[in-house]
Amino acid sequence: MIEVSNLAVTFRNGGRPVHAVRGVSFSVAEGETFGIVGESGSGKSTVLKAVAGLCATAGPSLTINGAAMGAKRSKAERRLMQFVFQDPYGSLHPRQTVDDMLREPLLIHGVTGVDAKVAEALADVGLEPQHRFRFPHQLSGGQRQRMAIARALILRPRILLLDEPTSALDVSIQAEILNLLSRLRRGYQLTSILVSHDLAVVAHLCSRIAIMQQGLLVEMLDVESLRRGQAKEAYTLELIAASRGYARAGQVTGSLLPAGKGSDMAGLARAVAVESRPGPSQGSGRD
Amino acid sequence: MSEPPLIEVEDLNVSFPGRGGLTRAVRGASFSLGRERLGIVGESGSGKSTTGWALLGLVPRPGIVTARRMSLSGTDLLSLGESDWQSLRGRRMSMVMQDPKYSLNPVLRVGRQIQETYRLHHRSSAAEARRHALAMLEAVRIRDADQVFHLYPHQLSGGMGQRVMIAMMLIAEPDLLIADEPTSALDVTVQNQVLRILDDLVTVRGMGLIFISHNLTIVSSFCDRVLVMYGGRIVEECKADELDRAKHPYTRALIRAAPSLASYQPELSVVVRDPEWLA
Repeated sequence: MIEVSNLAVTFRNGGRPVHAVRGVSFSVAEGETFGIVGESGSGKSTVLKAVAGLCATAGPSLTINGAAMGAKRSKAERRLMQFVFQDPYGSLHPRQTVDDMLREPLLIHGVTGVDAKVAEALADVGLEPQHRFRFPHQLSGGQRQRMAIARALILRPRILLLDEPTSALDVSIQAEILNLLSRLRRGYQLTSILVSHDLAVVAHLCSRIAIMQQGLLVEMLDVESLRRGQAKEAYTLELIAASRGYARAGQVTGSLLPAGKGSDMAGLARAVAVESRPGPSQGSGRD
Repeated sequence: MSEPPLIEVEDLNVSFPGRGGLTRAVRGASFSLGRERLGIVGESGSGKSTTGWALLGLVPRPGIVTARRMSLSGTDLLSLGESDWQSLRGRRMSMVMQDPKYSLNPVLRVGRQIQETYRLHHRSSAAEARRHALAMLEAVRIRDADQVFHLYPHQLSGGMGQRVMIAMMLIAEPDLLIADEPTSALDVTVQNQVLRILDDLVTVRGMGLIFISHNLTIVSSFCDRVLVMYGGRIVEECKADELDRAKHPYTRALIRAAPSLASYQPELSVVVRDPEWLA
């Protein structure tokens, strides 16, 4: 369904080129949910934007359903995929009601039966009819994200692109949104790409997961190996260990011995350095 | 003879008058803190940050703070005037906020900001303050402190910024540090480095730490003891490593609602709220 080959994105920052994505290739089968994990600055969101046609890529590198995507997309091509952003408040127009926002894509694409479709979209994401004429500030965070999902799905896209859809939400609300996403994915037979920094969220929704670091795709894993922690790359293992929580005794990276001049702060730093080396008094190492 | 606990709070209430009547942000919270890592978990709006502000006397107007008892190492905090608070804040207790971007002064170099904090609390020459500031930057594991000293906040990465914040808060050597979501804006690997710094400060310096977070995994693995807040109330208090055996239905629901890396459940359980919890 989605074929990305050797994708490269370069930004210019004050004349200096920044290689945000450096040659990333992957493919997503029809109906699959593909996950991309990485830390900030790894280029994971940029990959998603490039797939959506929201940023310029170096050369053609994307085919969808066998058709190569150019820099400029036709209306039909745009309708094929929709985007859900991280911050539900930032991605909704503050002066438009839920109804206005759901109506707009339908009008742009000349779809008929607008009223019924808006009502259906609201019901689909679990919003009540009374939410229809509210403004974003009158909705809770979870409701806003439901609204953003409704807007993405109202055009019946084949592909849904999710950029950190739950990272601004509380755990309890996150559970509701994740359940909603897995239900809709089945109902609409969506192919999706999910970008997140949270390994547990990605493992919950995705079957295959790509790990990105500094613009490169470091490793590709299926969800079973991720759950068992069977990764080959040191970076992936580090991410998995880190997401399991804080390990009391661990290795200290780098030297932190200051050039002590007898100050008490230098003394503290020295003590810290000694104390944080794994010692017999501390528990087991990383789990 | 045992020394009094660092913090003792009994029946703390914080409320904000508004058009719709009184909003009760914290309702009857009681806890104490020794030289340990105390975690406070809860969802947004549960009153966990407000509890932190109340301890520092920083509840914004027109908030009303009442308590039967609130003390720091035996000193009564309820009867303090504004100037008394000023002398406690920074020197005795301090707070690290969530996002370093908003807590640092964007137009001053970070070294100058740290120095300023030091000179506010100690009588010292500029050179001495500078030396302390540099040592502190090194203590929070900033490798080339000399360079970072001369940077502006926007030139720092998130993890670096948070370390600078911690350095600034610790230079006056407080007995109590309240860390309000100190790692939420950071990447997981950086998160653990910041946690390690806090951990060491507690074990080496014997500082008391209140760690406010919404992340159960971090709190249960990092803290000694955990308070779970819901709707302004402390609904549960337990040892951090026993959080998975929590008794309160809210705590249990929260734990089950989080997706787990270890095992897959097709449908995540949703927190069903019981009005009884607030009764």
